[in-house]
Amino acid sequence: MTDVLTITDLGISFATDAGAVRAVDGVTLRVAPGEVLAIVGESGSGKTVTAKTILGLLPETATASGAVILSSKDGSSESDIISLSTKQLRQVRGSDVSMVFQEPSTALNPVYTVGWQIMEGIRAHGQVGRREARAKAIEILGRVGIPDPQTRVDYYPHQFSGGQKQRVVIAMALVLDPGLIVADEPTTALDVTVQAEILDLLRRCRDEFGAAIVLITHNMGVVADLADRVAVMYQGKVVEEAEVQTLFSSPQNDYTKKLLAAVPHVGQGVVHAAARASARTSDWEQQDPVVVADRLRVEYPGRLGRAGFTAVDEVSFLIRPGEVLGLVGESGSGKTTIGRAIAGLTRVTGGSLTVLGHEMNGFKERAFKKYRSDIGFVFQDPASSFNPLLTIADCVAEPLVVHGRAKNAVAARKRVDELLEAVQLPRAYGDRYPHELSGGQRQRASLARALALEPPLLIADEPTSALDVSVQARVLELFAELQREFGFAALFISHDLAVVDLVADRIAVLYRGKLVEEGTSAEVLGAPQDPYTQRLLASLPVPDPAEQALRREGLRRLRAAG
Amino acid sequence: MSDLTSVATTPKRSLWSRVPVVHQLRQSMGLQRGMLIAGLIITTLFVLTAIFAPVLAPYGYSQLRDADGAFGAQQPPGGSHPLGTTVSGYDVLSRVLWGAQTALFVIIVAVVLSIFAGVFLGLVSGYFGGWFDRIMVVVSDAVYAFPSLLLAIVMSIVISGGKSNLIGGVFAAAISITVVFIPQYFRVIRAETVRIKAEAYVESARVLGASNTRIMFRHVLRNATRTLPLIFTLNASEAILTLAGLGFLGFGIEPTAASEWGFDLNRALSDVTSGIWWTALFPGLAIVLVVLGITLVGESLNDLADPRLRGRRAVAQTAGVVAQTSVVPGGTLAAGPGGLNGLEGAATHPSDGLEAGS
Repeated sequence: MTDVLTITDLGISFATDAGAVRAVDGVTLRVAPGEVLAIVGESGSGKTVTAKTILGLLPETATASGAVILSSKDGSSESDIISLSTKQLRQVRGSDVSMVFQEPSTALNPVYTVGWQIMEGIRAHGQVGRREARAKAIEILGRVGIPDPQTRVDYYPHQFSGGQKQRVVIAMALVLDPGLIVADEPTTALDVTVQAEILDLLRRCRDEFGAAIVLITHNMGVVADLADRVAVMYQGKVVEEAEVQTLFSSPQNDYTKKLLAAVPHVGQGVVHAAARASARTSDWEQQDPVVVADRLRVEYPGRLGRAGFTAVDEVSFLIRPGEVLGLVGESGSGKTTIGRAIAGLTRVTGGSLTVLGHEMNGFKERAFKKYRSDIGFVFQDPASSFNPLLTIADCVAEPLVVHGRAKNAVAARKRVDELLEAVQLPRAYGDRYPHELSGGQRQRASLARALALEPPLLIADEPTSALDVSVQARVLELFAELQREFGFAALFISHDLAVVDLVADRIAVLYRGKLVEEGTSAEVLGAPQDPYTQRLLASLPVPDPAEQALRREGLRRLRAAG
Repeated sequence: MSDLTSVATTPKRSLWSRVPVVHQLRQSMGLQRGMLIAGLIITTLFVLTAIFAPVLAPYGYSQLRDADGAFGAQQPPGGSHPLGTTVSGYDVLSRVLWGAQTALFVIIVAVVLSIFAGVFLGLVSGYFGGWFDRIMVVVSDAVYAFPSLLLAIVMSIVISGGKSNLIGGVFAAAISITVVFIPQYFRVIRAETVRIKAEAYVESARVLGASNTRIMFRHVLRNATRTLPLIFTLNASEAILTLAGLGFLGFGIEPTAASEWGFDLNRALSDVTSGIWWTALFPGLAIVLVVLGITLVGESLNDLADPRLRGRRAVAQTAGVVAQTSVVPGGTLAAGPGGLNGLEGAATHPSDGLEAGS
């Protein structure tokens, strides 16, 4: 049987302000019918550009060379995407190859019903009547697991949840029965429990629809779960290509080895946490906690005539000095709200929250100001948390200047240099602007800024979720190191259990604003009591195909039971 | 972390190349570059004419006679009057050259007045929000809805009773233009401020305990002023048109106080029907050229500021180095800023592009 897709010596260059940039360099790949090929790599490796080429979706600034040969599902026709005209490309898109996008909420047009959007795809290819197209749309919605498709076909995208939206997007990709689906980070925007369901669906796409899938992802767990074959891309080149078992068990290329080693596993941090616990003095438990939350409630006011939204619902926890509390939850669970409430960015509406002995319920900014120097905050996105017009040194000096420890940024420079070295950035980086640093470097600088005043409390809101795996590993290492050195207490917020496991002493799991489980890492991750925690843990794909297959079974049983 | 020396992937831009217009000029290419250069040449000529008008013009703007006696009215071009004389007996060439001075004066006064008030109001209104913001937005909308020329006429009557000397006339025109322009600066700065207020770096400044004034002026203002050169150029051309409009309608500056193109056009109305073309053509041409020049500069700055509209040289097939974007130990520190991040995925349009202008 011929391959659905053959890429030969593909090269893509972009025209940018800084001159030509080569994004893809001599890539050769092939995809057999019904096969899942995963292309993994970190940002900038050229994986997305490669995927977009398969659909002829490159922007005007790009120039491509080489050949991308796409066969139709029945093998009757072949076409070279790079040389096709716009009109021919339209013919091929949808019927021979289709795409599943990363962000389901932006891939659907909010002003049309999902049925209309699916039908548009059907009617763009061939003469199909309205009624027939609608029947087809209903059928495909049912097959991707949308309950009650006869009614749901007339729903608008906002009436679906994120996971269901992604199902609709997949339905749109499947409706013309293409031989190849390109899925660009199909689960990155989704929560872990939903991710597991979408991966199941993609597996069914292959098994039931016989579609080959090109899966673009940076998540090694997803690769282990779904892929048959893996191509690792690095700096525009394919550095390794192997069967999924072979790749995970015996990677050949150095880069692949490092990439795999950087992926955090649940269970890595238990030893580390136990060592820290045993090192504590016996009167540690008696010390005054840094943060005490007692039946904490945060409500966002609703619009006129509508009830408010309760983001945090009667949550109680405490953080003792020098302790790292990991706060885990899916999007909308209220974990970020708690972090913001502690930093005084969001108002507490009920219960009590004491931060460093100061009651936050009904606090006045003026009275709280002097406590601000005792709280460090690390934001999620390092790209936007620095003023683009100030140098890194100015940014790091900002807390020192604001709290009167230094007269201006120049006077603070000595301390800034020390801080930069503490986070393992060379001093010379102080003179750079934020955009001249990579994401990982910026996040280090962000840590330096948060620690400038040596605060006893640090709040880290998803500090690594915007970073690549290998950068994430190093930032987490640095975090643990700094924590040992400075001894601050920390609230570490993350959606990723494996990440929290690496740094936290205790873990609290949030679900829809409620605290469902709290305990040491070993307790929560080793023997979870709450069914939600169990499901969360089971949904987390591990970077090992054999083990992941077993876990998949476990999750299925868990779902059937729950 | 051995290769810290190899980090200099982006050479620092020199101060000269970071000056607003110079930077864009270097960045531009093709048609956009042609437009920008043409605009810059016309604008420079205009400014030079305005500055050196006393030297360039053969006569004064209100001069009716020289040593050889009166100029005479409606003399055709030629002889000692290369562009002829007007119905009132002024030298057309001198009037046109001196007019540049008045026009430049009005632009400067109008833009300076409106830029400070508009930027400050926009910043405060956008940053604090609340009732003050609401009122300001409603007021600026109301001013928007008003026909600007009508407003200018009213202002000019209020300020100077319709006609006046150079300073009075210029300020009457400038202030009336200011009233119309403040809302534009206000809206642009307010929109930027509201956007920037939600950025993480402003929140991080708040977490640090920085005061509102410090956040407003250190973190918000400097980031919000990016679009100003653009509105500045567009408003400058509008200012000239409004001044000319006022003069044409007879609310401008007395010919004895200063030279003004709109006024000359007004006086040339009756000439056109009797075949005297030179009195209307040259002041009109001056207005068209200056407005065209400034608009060209503004429009090309607008296009160049937006990466989606900015033209780039096509690349050769195998050109370019593979971006150093990897993140493995050793590679991370050498990673080029920006790298391919700007190209991958949905982020094809870097966020430093302009929001939809004004």
